[in-house]
Order: sequence, then C-alpha cells, then structure tokens
Amino acid sequence: MAIWLNKDSKVIVQGMTGATGMKHTKLMLGDGTNVVGGVNPRKAGQTVDFDGTEVPVFGTVKEAIEKTGANVSVIFVPEKFTKDAVVEAIDAEIELAVVITEGIAVHDSASFWAYAGKKGNKTRIIGPNCPGIITPGQSNVGIIPGDITKPGRIGLVSKSGTLTYQMMYELRDIGFSTAVGIGGDPIIGTTHIDALAAFQEDPETELIVMIGEIGGDAEERAAAFIKENVTKPVVGYVAGFTAPEGKTMGHAGAIVSGSSGTAQAKKEALEAAGVKVGKTPTETAKLAREILGA
Amino acid sequence: MDLFEYQARDLFAKHDVPVLAGEVIDTPEAAREITERLGGKSVVKAQVKVGGRGKAGGVKLAASADEAVARATDILGMDIKGHTVHKVMIAETAPEIVEEYYVSFLLDRANRTFLSIASVEGGMEIEEVAATRPEAVAKTPIDAIDGVTPEKAREIVAAAKFPAEVADQVANVLVKLWDTFIKEDALLVEVNPLAKVASGDVIALDGKVSLDDNAEFRHPDFEALHDKAAANPLEAAAKEKNLNYVKLDGEVGIIGNGAGLVMSTLDVVAYAGENHGGVKPANFLDIGGGASAQVMANGLEIILGDPDVKSVFVNVFGGITACDEVANGIVQALKLLEDRGEKVEKPLVVRLDGNNAELGRKILTDANHPLVQRVDTMDGAAAKAAELAAAK
Repeated sequence: MAIWLNKDSKVIVQGMTGATGMKHTKLMLGDGTNVVGGVNPRKAGQTVDFDGTEVPVFGTVKEAIEKTGANVSVIFVPEKFTKDAVVEAIDAEIELAVVITEGIAVHDSASFWAYAGKKGNKTRIIGPNCPGIITPGQSNVGIIPGDITKPGRIGLVSKSGTLTYQMMYELRDIGFSTAVGIGGDPIIGTTHIDALAAFQEDPETELIVMIGEIGGDAEERAAAFIKENVTKPVVGYVAGFTAPEGKTMGHAGAIVSGSSGTAQAKKEALEAAGVKVGKTPTETAKLAREILGA
Repeated sequence: MDLFEYQARDLFAKHDVPVLAGEVIDTPEAAREITERLGGKSVVKAQVKVGGRGKAGGVKLAASADEAVARATDILGMDIKGHTVHKVMIAETAPEIVEEYYVSFLLDRANRTFLSIASVEGGMEIEEVAATRPEAVAKTPIDAIDGVTPEKAREIVAAAKFPAEVADQVANVLVKLWDTFIKEDALLVEVNPLAKVASGDVIALDGKVSLDDNAEFRHPDFEALHDKAAANPLEAAAKEKNLNYVKLDGEVGIIGNGAGLVMSTLDVVAYAGENHGGVKPANFLDIGGGASAQVMANGLEIILGDPDVKSVFVNVFGGITACDEVANGIVQALKLLEDRGEKVEKPLVVRLDGNNAELGRKILTDANHPLVQRVDTMDGAAAKAAELAAAK
C-alpha cells in the first residue's frame, strides 16, 4: 500500500539532463525507482545512459505521459524556470508532481498553486524545496538517501529534509511505509494534514511521525485535524525552540514573527491533540518505539 | 528583506501610489538644502526598522532649514529600541489630516494565497484594531493569478466601508499598491496611515515593504536595498561566501547540513547547556545539501573567527552531502588556518552519520588532530560541545 508512491509508479524527471537531475536520476534508478523518461525540449529524442539503463528524453511532460504512461514527475529545474515546469505538469494532469528545487520566489509558488486549483487540483504537488517521497523497497522520488531504512510500519511527514533522514535513521530497524518531505517554504502543495489523512487510511501504517518547525501555523492546524480525524498514534517533533524572533532559520518559511510561529505553541497544540512530542529527534524516536513496543 | 520607510516610499512612488516628497540623508547638513526646496519646512524622520519611533522622539517637525539641520543632528545616531539611526528622511510636511485609514497586501500562508487587509481605522497598529474591533478590519482573499482588478479593489473598499467620497481614490491606491506587491515580488506592502487630507486627496504617509529574497534573481536592484550597515560583520562575511548563517548570542559554534537539522541542533545544544552553566548556541550555519570540502572549510573559518565561540559542534547527517567531504573540509580548514599562522585553540566535536559516515569518521581518526573529537550520537555530541564550552 504505502501512500502516493509504490512499485507501479512510473516516474519522469523534469530537468533530468542538468547536473542535479543526472546525479539523482542515477541514484533513484539505483533504488529501484521506475524512471521511464526525462523532459527537456532541447534534447527531445535523445536517450541518456545510466549505467546501462537507457532513459529517453521527451520534449514535453504531455508527450512523456503519452509515450510511457508516467504518473509521477519529479522536478529538478532551476528556480527561475520552476513555475513553468510545475504549470506544465499540471496542464498534463500528471497525478503527482514532486518539486525538489529550492529558492523559489513565493509569488511563483502562489501562482502555480492557484493554477492547480483552477485546473481542478488533479495533480498532487509535493514541495517546493523538499527532499521528495520514498516508499522503501518500492520507489524513491527525490533526494532522500534510499539506503537508510527498509519497508516497515511507520509513516513519516516532515518539513525538513535532514530531519527526515535523521528520524528514518533513528528508527531504521522498524522501517517505514512511506516518508514524505513536504518542504519548509511559506507556500507548499501537500501539507502535514494531507499526509496525516493518507497515513490514517493506509493499512500498512501503524504509527505516524510528524516533524514540524517554527513559522506559520501548519502544525497547529495539523493538531486540530489529528484531534478530529486521526485514530492512529502520532508522535511529533518540532525544531526551533531556541530560534530568536525575526530571524529566518534557513528555510524561507522558518521564522518566528511576534508571538506566532513559535515551537512552544506548536508543541502545546500537538500535545493538546494527544500527540506525544519529543524534545530531541532521539527522544522522539524513543517515544515511537515505546508505542510500537519495538 | 524588510525595507526602510524611505525605500518603501520610493517603491510606492515608482508604482504611482500617491506619496509625499522625501529624501534620505546621513549627514545633518544635507537637511538644509532639501528643506529649502520643500518650501522652508519639513519633517525629519528616523529610518529604523522598528515600530514606535514617534514616541521615542524619532520624528520631528522643522519650521526652518536651520531647525531641520538641528533636528537631524539630534536624531542621527539616536538609539531606538536597540536600533541606531544611521539615516533620516527629510519629508514634505503633511497637509492637515482629516482621516487615517489602513491598507495592505500580504502572503496568507495558511490559505496558500494572498490577502488584502483594509480598515478605516488606520494610524495605529492593525493587530490592535483587529483585536479590539475585529468588525473594523476587512480581510479579503486575493487570487494569485487574477490579482487586484478595479472590480476587486472596489470589493475591498466596500468590505472595509470606506466613505463614498474617497472610494474611487482608495480603489485606485489599492490597484497601484497591488502593482507594487506583484512587480516587486513583495511579501508585504502596507500603508499606515493612508490619509485623507484637507484637500480631499488620499496620500500614503507611511509604509512598510518586505521583499522576497528568493526573487532577487529577477530583481538586480534588490542588491542596493540591503542594509549593509546593520549586518553583523560575521553575517556579512558568511553572505559573501554564500553561507546560510545567523549570529546568535551563545558560546557553542554550530555547523550542520539542512535547515531543520541545524535548528534542531541549536535546541539540543541549548538543552545540553542547561547542565553546563547555561551555555548556548553561538550561531546557525547550514552548509546545505551536497556541500563540498571547500564549503565546509569556509563555514568553519567563519565560526572559528567568532570571538564568542568557545567550542564548535559539527553535526552532519549525510544525505546528498557525503561525510568524507565534510571530514576533509574540517581537516583542510584547520590546516588552512594553521598555515596562515592563526592559532586554533577551540575544540571541535564532530558527529557524522549517513552517507559515507564510516569513511568520514576514518578520515578524522587518521588525521588525529588534537582539537577534534568524534562523538557518534547527536545528543552525546551536543553534551560534549556544551561541556567543552563551559570549561573554557
């Protein structure tokens, strides 16, 4: 089962022929991901050899879907062109678009999100500025290292890439159904709530780990959602307790403004919804272990 | 990036939002010529990125050019809530104000779109108005693609119940302000107060603008708007090297990869510090994904150059970043500094996990540098770094 990504997913890479796209396409193939094509109008018709696997390059997302039956696109194009790439994926009505590119202007994200809405939200967008999504043992789309952990019964949703890796590593012996990095930008496609809802419905997921960070109120809204809709145990972690007000901590969205967006407020909201919240990643992993008896 | 009032004024003027004349200066004598040009009187306004400057004495009327110079002398160098005044704006004096309104456009994170906030009760903090009289504040969602058309502007005007005699003017200001918001890639454009003056005209008297740093690639003019005077020298040096660095006030230097992990590292060090004399993180530094040895060396150089730093914690979980690159970076940085004749005396605690961790650990073990020690868990390494900082 898992969520949104499995062994049947056929993946195309927008920006495959760039340096980052090449590097990660190779890694994704190595993890068993079914990469069926790349997209680059200037290199359409060519093929790229990845250690013996020939991957065709198509001129457009639409053509790639028609020729390969692709249902997932991962986007590595530079930030200047990301909006157009996402709009193209939306127009082609691909099921899932995973936007890895970081440093996208907020007006561009707002614009492609509004566009997705106008087109009936047929495409699930993950990101931007995210590490992607992995269903261990089946498919890996993005830049999450594929060898940290194995298939298992924990579902993970996180704003942060490296904290995703850290948590997968801490709980590597138990394993994960799916881990999804949603990104730390002010405007993102898939939210904590979307992932929580999907994990709640996924029979393979027994426990959900949710990682948040300072800025915005996504964690507070997720807490309200958990209270009403999630019956599976949820363990949480929030980064940024010691972040000062008004300083952006790396992610464009990670900023405490006035009394809003603090880690403390997020922790309290999650705990009020029955979520056990760890003080450190290690302690959070311990809480998950206790609940699973593992 | 938050702008100064004068920068906001200039952007408003560029997009035809009605504003008063004003020029920024950093020496008192320059106030004379501008005030003379403005007809012999002016307002001298401190340029600081903090509210409440009026109450702090940072805004003064000048009835003559001499007086403008005197007020500029008073205000330049003044401290307002920890912000030193380096610049003042010499502005045209406002005509008699009849009413004060509030209008803004901003990012609405929760709804993943933009939002207009408007109120006929301007002049004070909008948060205060929203808290005490929520019915006086009209919030209108703005579609990121459709934007603010004249129709949308009239909808906002109606929702906020602007008086009929200013409705057209306010709607016009809203359309121009939206232009500013979109064309300048702003996260916030706010006019407070938007004033109706005795002549019946509506003018933006003060404003706030915050721009999106991520949009700098299509705005070469953003570079000139950066407040270089206010930047911490270490932050400025880090920016030169494209490092994501924020100076904090503790003693443990922090380097890690990935914003989330580094934020988490700050927390874990602060918790560990509670057991070691209250030492705290000295900085945030994210070397990012796929960092090379050179990037690691650049980061370490900045941190070792911070006199507040007593110990350093390098916390890396290798995803794209390879731990052997990180280890090589540490070894290179120490050698580079020693070759330059700089004596490195600050102990480093290094925790490496993930991609090529074994190789990275081996590089550090082989280098056998007396200042570097490896601790292979995040919590354990944080405790060690805090202990070393406290012992100094």
